[in-house]
Amino acid sequence: MIDQDLDLVIYLVRHGDDNLVLGQRLGELVSYMPELEEDIAVANVGLDHIGAARNFYSYAAELEGFGRSEDDLAMLRDEREFTNAVLAEQPNGDFANMMARQFYYDAYQLPLYTSLADSSDERLAGIAQKAQKEASYHLRRSAGWLVRLGDGTEESHNRMQAAIDELWKYTEDLFYADEVDGALEERGVLPVGAGDRDQFDATVAEVLAAATLVAPSDDYQRTGGRTGFHTEHLGHLLPEMQMLYRSHPGVKW
Amino acid sequence: MSYEVPVIEGEEEAELSGSAGGHPLWEVFVRAERGLNHVHVGSIHAADAELAMQNARDVYTRRNEGVSVWVVQSTHVVASDPHVADTWFDSDKPYRHPTFYEIPDEVGHM
Repeated sequence: MIDQDLDLVIYLVRHGDDNLVLGQRLGELVSYMPELEEDIAVANVGLDHIGAARNFYSYAAELEGFGRSEDDLAMLRDEREFTNAVLAEQPNGDFANMMARQFYYDAYQLPLYTSLADSSDERLAGIAQKAQKEASYHLRRSAGWLVRLGDGTEESHNRMQAAIDELWKYTEDLFYADEVDGALEERGVLPVGAGDRDQFDATVAEVLAAATLVAPSDDYQRTGGRTGFHTEHLGHLLPEMQMLYRSHPGVKW
Repeated sequence: MSYEVPVIEGEEEAELSGSAGGHPLWEVFVRAERGLNHVHVGSIHAADAELAMQNARDVYTRRNEGVSVWVVQSTHVVASDPHVADTWFDSDKPYRHPTFYEIPDEVGHM
């Protein structure tokens, strides 16, 4: 039975990591956004992701049975133990870049969580149901910005095109699947098709067309995040995020 | 270079006023979870109607304050002039209240 739990633990931590790293990136933007309303929006979206991360981590920590807490999972693991997709750790860059990253993630998470809401594991289904509502709102927002910037001025169009081109190479990592996914699919914990990219591809095509943007054509993809092989950026993000907790283990506010 | 407000299909083009880099001001009304009517809670800037709704939701319903949000461009609100408030809103008119009827108890509160 230990093997079964570990599969689900690994899966949960992957998605906890996705959401934590993305939430951390969004937190970096607070007080830097061009408008007050956008600042609050980015903080809200970041908190949504961190809330989801907490749900994933708490469940994983319980199933694991090593006595670790959600904080331990978030703050005491090193770069090679983090299993987020490499897209999450990419730096914020300009507004267009940040929005492109967010859009790719939202287009990925919405169909994923919608599917996971039918998981045979009740708790995972519950976590997914909540995250799915948030992802739906996030996608509306980020897709709206892609259209506004893509079908906007010459400068906004150029920056938006550059952003979607630059980040495309990190999107395949989102759909990485291995024996863990296979095992969970067999048990019905992962509904059939949960990891498919059809919906993602359709959403991306639709929004890019509305935004008058050219679909990225470069085939090169940088994967590896799900097995701990990250880009250099995670190595900078983690110390900043973890330093306080590591300096004062068990710290409470 | 002039900034052109992007047209999101189905939304009206927002009228530009001289505020916040050309982004108009919108008044926000929120109906609380157990409320009957929308209540004015504040204002936000936004370039178009869709963003105004999202910004209003993000800024004013962060902690479960509401189930419905209305946004209206501030230029569309017609407000009474505060300088003539005392002429307009004279509250000392006892002859307008039906205080001279005796309402039987069975009728209840009117």
